Amino acid sequence: MTPPEIAITVHVNGRSYAERVPPRLLLSDFLRHHLGLTGTHVGCEHGVCGACTVLLDGAAVRSCLLLAVQTDGAQITTVEGLAGDGERLHPLQEAFREMHGLQCGFCTPGFLLTAVELLRDTPHPDDLTIRRDLAGNLCRCTGYQNIVHAVRRAAELMGRR
Amino acid sequence: MKPPAFEYVRVGTTEEAVAELARDGEDTKLLAGGQSLMPMLNMRLAMPRRLIDLNRVGELEYIREREDGVAIGAMTRQRAVEKSALVARQVPLLADAMPWVGHFQIRNRGTIGGSLAHADPAAELPAVAVCLDARVTVRGPEGSRTLTSEQLYRSYFTTTLASTEILTEIWFPAPPARTGHAWLEFARRHGDYALVGVAAAVTLRDESIAEARLALTGVGGRPTRARDAERRLVGRRGSDAVLEDAADSVRQTIQPASDIHGTAEYRRRLAGTLTVRALRLAIERAGRAPSRTT
Repeated sequence: MTPPEIAITVHVNGRSYAERVPPRLLLSDFLRHHLGLTGTHVGCEHGVCGACTVLLDGAAVRSCLLLAVQTDGAQITTVEGLAGDGERLHPLQEAFREMHGLQCGFCTPGFLLTAVELLRDTPHPDDLTIRRDLAGNLCRCTGYQNIVHAVRRAAELMGRR
Repeated sequence: MKPPAFEYVRVGTTEEAVAELARDGEDTKLLAGGQSLMPMLNMRLAMPRRLIDLNRVGELEYIREREDGVAIGAMTRQRAVEKSALVARQVPLLADAMPWVGHFQIRNRGTIGGSLAHADPAAELPAVAVCLDARVTVRGPEGSRTLTSEQLYRSYFTTTLASTEILTEIWFPAPPARTGHAWLEFARRHGDYALVGVAAAVTLRDESIAEARLALTGVGGRPTRARDAERRLVGRRGSDAVLEDAADSVRQTIQPASDIHGTAEYRRRLAGTLTVRALRLAIERAGRAPSRTT
């Protein structure tokens, strides 16, 4: 017997969506398949890799460890919402591009959203803080050096605005 | 890697949750922060018929000073505990261990009650609770009862709670004067499950150890108090030889298992090494601690 679908309203990147979802649907799959927001990447699906990180009411969380039904009424930010409306990239995105903080790019959305909370809590982080707070995100290309440089650079860019 | 189908029930109060469990508790799991349960669902290690979601039970989210200690509601996020000034002041061991629980994104969702009730033998919070003789409150159809954290744990991922009961609160006593604490663990990557973790609390009188508490994680099916090692420390000064003697006791009394992450022998050695380091750090902090608690 399939459990009934549940109606939810979720606010993603400033837009409201009213949808019906089966209880077992993960937030990551809801964002990708129901809303077409495929910037949120799915890596391990058990909370280890951090590729699916989004902001839930401002806090960085694993979207693969949440059910879509749980986010009824919540505010969610995905990588698509980082830059805002204009052409201009978010300073973190600018810094990742400038400092070569990505290669294949698969892990990047998760790193960006993790770094949003990192820089909000610690606007001028030292490298140890950056490394500690990025420890929950895996990257198989860069060796992390340039990601650390990019977050440091973003802190500079954001401090300047 | 998708959860199996289940019936989803959202509750708004503890009372509703207890009633839902009593009404139909068969094959039912409580969903707290979901940072352990959701991976188990995704990997189909758990296939409950029904989930009761506690995440809207606001009355279980609090950190309060009470009875010379700190009471924390079961649904309080680990990140809130980590950032609490009250916890830092009154339960420094908990504050010390908190950054080791997963990663900060995990702690944004994970709850203190969820971690305690999940009873993972490698987890930090159960060992911290057992080290400090924290008290746990549970609620069932017949009302509330309180038990010590040692009474809570039975074995691997298994508590002594009835299937109709919900863990609602944990209370930690404030430390005596001149007490120092330390949490140390070793994991291959920070945030991963610890191979071994050690919680230590040491109270000094003059230059000697008046009271010592030691609890270990990762060395058996449940958090383990090293009582013989504690006894060996009392009344003595914290010299290298005394700390080694306590570590000897730990190595001899624990019964770790071998798995793909490390052999039993490796865990035994690690437990001894971490015991010495944790005790040394706790003693050093006790020396700096105020002679009266405020």
